[in-house]
Amino acid sequence: MEFFEPVINGFGVVLEPMNLLYCLLGVMIGMLIGVLPGLGPAATIAILLPLTYGVEPVTAIIMLAGIFYGAQYGGTITSVLLRLPGEASAVVTVFDGYALAKQGKAGTALGIAAIGSFIGGTVSIIGLTLLAPIVASFALDFGPPEYTALALLGILLVATVSNGGKLKSVIAAGLGLLLATVGRDGFTGESRFTFGSLSLADGLDFVPIAMGIFGLGEILYNLEQRHNKVQAPAKVANVWPSRQDLKQSSGAIGRGSVLGFFLGILPGGGATLSSLAAYAMEKKRAKNPERFGRGAVEGVAAPESANNAAATSSFIPLLTLGIPANATMAIIFGALLIQGVTPGPQLVANDPELFWGVVNSMYIGNILLLIMSIPLVGIFVKILRVRAAILAPITVLITLIGVYTIRNSVFDIWLVIFFGVIGYLMKKFGFEPGPLVLAFVLGALLEENLRRSLLVFGGDAAGFVTRPISGVLLLVFLMVIFLPLIQSLFKKARAKKATNTDDPSRKNEKESV
Amino acid sequence: MTSPNGDGSNLGGSDVRAAAEAGSVLDDLTPEQLAAEWDEDKPPAAGPLANIAAAAVVVVIGIAGIFLSLAMGLGTPEAPEPGMWPFIISVVLVVLATALAVFGRNRLDAEKFSTSSWAVLAGVGTLIGFVLLVGTVGFEIPSLLLTFVWLRFLGKETWRMSTVLSFAVVAAFYLIFVVALGVPVPHLF
Repeated sequence: MEFFEPVINGFGVVLEPMNLLYCLLGVMIGMLIGVLPGLGPAATIAILLPLTYGVEPVTAIIMLAGIFYGAQYGGTITSVLLRLPGEASAVVTVFDGYALAKQGKAGTALGIAAIGSFIGGTVSIIGLTLLAPIVASFALDFGPPEYTALALLGILLVATVSNGGKLKSVIAAGLGLLLATVGRDGFTGESRFTFGSLSLADGLDFVPIAMGIFGLGEILYNLEQRHNKVQAPAKVANVWPSRQDLKQSSGAIGRGSVLGFFLGILPGGGATLSSLAAYAMEKKRAKNPERFGRGAVEGVAAPESANNAAATSSFIPLLTLGIPANATMAIIFGALLIQGVTPGPQLVANDPELFWGVVNSMYIGNILLLIMSIPLVGIFVKILRVRAAILAPITVLITLIGVYTIRNSVFDIWLVIFFGVIGYLMKKFGFEPGPLVLAFVLGALLEENLRRSLLVFGGDAAGFVTRPISGVLLLVFLMVIFLPLIQSLFKKARAKKATNTDDPSRKNEKESV
Repeated sequence: MTSPNGDGSNLGGSDVRAAAEAGSVLDDLTPEQLAAEWDEDKPPAAGPLANIAAAAVVVVIGIAGIFLSLAMGLGTPEAPEPGMWPFIISVVLVVLATALAVFGRNRLDAEKFSTSSWAVLAGVGTLIGFVLLVGTVGFEIPSLLLTFVWLRFLGKETWRMSTVLSFAVVAAFYLIFVVALGVPVPHLF
């Protein structure tokens, strides 16, 4: 029973009115931005960071977490009704969700998605509750070398699994690491890259960078992309799925939840990847796969369960190891640091109220979201009528005024605009902003642990390899780098053979890939 | 965050309308066709030059980083000086960027700048105007101007809609930030 005591105390934390209110606020914002195409959860969380300064750490993280998993629910609605995914993680839901909507079964699709999301989320919270303390206790023995290896691997995985070009993503991560060195060197106290500026003496602040690169960068990017006004759909009827639909999709929900949970833990995994994987798995398993894309309920149930499960389980590496598994988690990591909380293996033991408060708030949040997605779905469908053109200036003002309020500093507004332009240009040139922000967040931790380890080893880098855990992690690190290189070499060799045996069309094909 | 958002919002409107007009012709798309359609709807890709330019910028940053790090002193692995870690990152950046210029230049993941890119430049202009003004005249007037420009010119809303909305937005911000939250934003009134 000892294990459950802090878990139950956590519910006490959640049920405080302030926390309940922020949980509701978080999931509602998440649902809204999920419905509205344009801003993703990472951008929204970044923009709303200033809002978290005035409240307790638990309360702040409860809200930010709510935005993240709430967006998974909301993204479904536009996928189903308009055939445009509100969130990247809802892209595959479009295929069968929209097909169902055309058959007049939009309600069924939304209902199944909501129930799948709820089950996926709940399964994942239970998994998080059971697994997180174990991972944390295992990681308690980690020393500087292990953290160095873990941070390196985490950054590399996030960069290589993201959907941009791998090389560009790793470059973005490198730039993030370089940005993290600006300011006072933690060991010698010497200034680095400050160019004599007092504003840079303490280093670049995380908030303007995240708000700029994710928030403003995305707003500017959308400014260029937006041409068409979206037409709001008609009414949605019968949201309650029938017993037969539920029966048909129950397997898909179960498998999607479990798959999503495990993919969410992996660095770079997260909601988008797991929804794709779950859809592919269901299609492969199905007796008649040709039903998929033509309105198969499983095609909605599996990815929606998976993306929500993954959104929840991606908190495990953050809260137990202090290593964010994706860009959104990097921002929540930053938010925790702002609050003076360093996420890591000690968190469960030292700050059980925060840990279990956040975890347990997800039960409440998921129940709230289920209510919003089934009985109240009509309200959110109406919100689809709000045009993106109207929202853009409002989000811009929230960003600019928000960042000013943190330190009453006009310099910070300049920083946000500067990084907003950088974020826009990165998107334009095919660089993912996620790895940069993640590497920036982990940069100081990485350098500190690297230097500490080298001190321990007396300057001999071989020490990393001889310690079992850091050795294995570094081996995985090397494999992630070199396996794809070797594979592509093999592919090239094969392709060359193919072109040699007279197939001119193939060459063009390869070039356009 | 990821491109499907932006892409999706492009095609959505025209598609829904087109589908309504053309009956069910567009309606029976398989996922593969739909994905292909999204791909086509992406903004036109920029050529190898964009990738080389991006790589060149990174190389310049990397080389600058190398020189500045050397100036800070490297030290030994056992007793590193402040320049060691930035030096390592800068070297890695130069190597990676060179690899991008050599091997990755033909990837089509960069987007061309188009005439609608001017909207972004104009948007950035309004942001800069906002910062220049906010310190001296408070947030109300710059916010009003920014909202109006974004609605009327960047968002193509009607004159009436833009005027009414921008006043409403600024009023709402004033009520929330100044009256309700008491946030120390520079304000006129």
